[in-house]
Amino acid sequence: MKLITFAGPPSSGKTSVIIKLIEAMNVEVKEIGVVKFDCLTSFDNLRYEEVGVRVETGFSGKLCPDHFFVSNIEAAVEWGIKSGFKILVSESAGLCNRCSPYIQGILSVCVIDNLSGVNTPRKIGPMLKMADIVVVTKGDIVSQAEREVFAFNIKQVNTAARIIFVNGITGQGAPLLAKHLQGAREITGLRDMKLRFTTPAAVCSYCTGEMRIGAEYQMGTMKRMEFKSR
Amino acid sequence: MTAEKYLEMAIAAPLHKIIAEHPICRDFFMNLRLTNIDFNLPLMQALDNIAEDDISEFGLDKGMILREFCQFLETFGKVASDDAAIRSLTIIGGHGKSGEAEIEQWTASVGEIISIVGPTGAGKSRLLADIECLADGDTPTGRRIHIDGKEISDERRFDMEGKLVAQLSQNMNFVMDLTVKEFLGMHASSRLTRDAENTIVKCFECANELAGEKFLLDTKVTQLSGGQSRALMIADTAYMSSSPVVLIDEIENAGIDRRQAIQILAQKEKIVFISTHDPLLALSADKRIVIKNGGISRIIETSAEEKGCLGAIEKLDATLYRLRTCLRHGQEISMDTVKGEEQQ
Repeated sequence: MKLITFAGPPSSGKTSVIIKLIEAMNVEVKEIGVVKFDCLTSFDNLRYEEVGVRVETGFSGKLCPDHFFVSNIEAAVEWGIKSGFKILVSESAGLCNRCSPYIQGILSVCVIDNLSGVNTPRKIGPMLKMADIVVVTKGDIVSQAEREVFAFNIKQVNTAARIIFVNGITGQGAPLLAKHLQGAREITGLRDMKLRFTTPAAVCSYCTGEMRIGAEYQMGTMKRMEFKSR
Repeated sequence: MTAEKYLEMAIAAPLHKIIAEHPICRDFFMNLRLTNIDFNLPLMQALDNIAEDDISEFGLDKGMILREFCQFLETFGKVASDDAAIRSLTIIGGHGKSGEAEIEQWTASVGEIISIVGPTGAGKSRLLADIECLADGDTPTGRRIHIDGKEISDERRFDMEGKLVAQLSQNMNFVMDLTVKEFLGMHASSRLTRDAENTIVKCFECANELAGEKFLLDTKVTQLSGGQSRALMIADTAYMSSSPVVLIDEIENAGIDRRQAIQILAQKEKIVFISTHDPLLALSADKRIVIKNGGISRIIETSAEEKGCLGAIEKLDATLYRLRTCLRHGQEISMDTVKGEEQQ
């Protein structure tokens, strides 16, 4: 089975791109599975079911979505293999821009949209920087200049990335993305593979349920801002 | 310059020197929040005072920053080149909606303007889409696109990263809150244009010439009228975009000099495809592709007789424009306003 990991900010068009990609891939829908990692709620499972794709959704809830991803992706792969999929797609919404649910040796795709502003690529961290392929959506409603500057700014943070423009509504660009993904490698499991980037470190008192504000309540990994006096 | 040369430069040269030569490098440091380092020092020395922790937040250490800086220099060190330049684009025919074959093949060359006509829903946008994605028999029409008479390998298709084609349509908007000058400046710096100031001015003047109502360099792009936006987009595509092929989907009624607009694009060594119902635009083109039921049914070369009609059509167009202006200004319309130019 092939595993492809998708990440991207909320509402950037990940689900639409994946659905158009599945249509363009020329495989039977029953040979494809999707595992969706989300935070609190998601309605995307309905969209996958509508096109006949099997989907499992997991909610990280109060946990960091990246920690949640890495502790569940192995089981997701086992589920995929048992279900007889040829391709398993993982989709996760990166909320803090530091998210990078990418694994070394596993093809990774970051989806970002043109409407998020031309400088956004420069502000997104590992989620964009560590991706093999960057899919840009919503290019049909901004000016050519903004599209070009956006792509340029992606190159600034990820010089090696392949940029593909995909229209999530019409599917324009999806066949090219499908061709790209053909090269994804076959796997039988993920045991001992490594993430491309450390997940956000967070073992502090707030992780364990502390709610009060004040230095005396703070323990563990903390980072303090510096406020300069004039 | 080779990778080794860049490495040598990154190790030995003070940062301010590198930045003077390649201003875009300033962005590299901004992206990593390294704006307070001493730019009088070479990179590694400048990084000496930086805490490893700050860099590790980006998943980097000092050695990796050096490597990434070299890659950055290699990627952006070269001045905007015209490697995307092409001479011709060939459409190898596929089939219409009911499977009937269309024209076998047809080639457009640089500097040509080609209009695409046909009833709504016939497949004009599909043809534009096929050109945009450089179809390889993998779209519903089965068409193939060749560049300079040759098939495009998948590798090259990936490499082009959408840079071959620039697009313009009624649905496109400016979404960022910048002045015209900042907007053009930003685009120019992403193209690594050497003579940015000059290009910005040329672009601005051209846009103002195309737009009926004038605007200023410090007008916000989001405050431009529909016509002004379209004019700026066209001028920007002509002067700043590297893409040798321009696809235009319906720009009529935008209150700009449409004929001149597409001429400007064609003069900039581009191949211009324009999907339109506007007689003035359709006949201003050198050729027009007729779409019927999804397929290309014929290609008509604009005849001398048709070109001869342009003057009369322009008059009709001017009449409509005059009527619109009258209505806008709260005037009443009479047969005299319809007929006479002396009314103006």
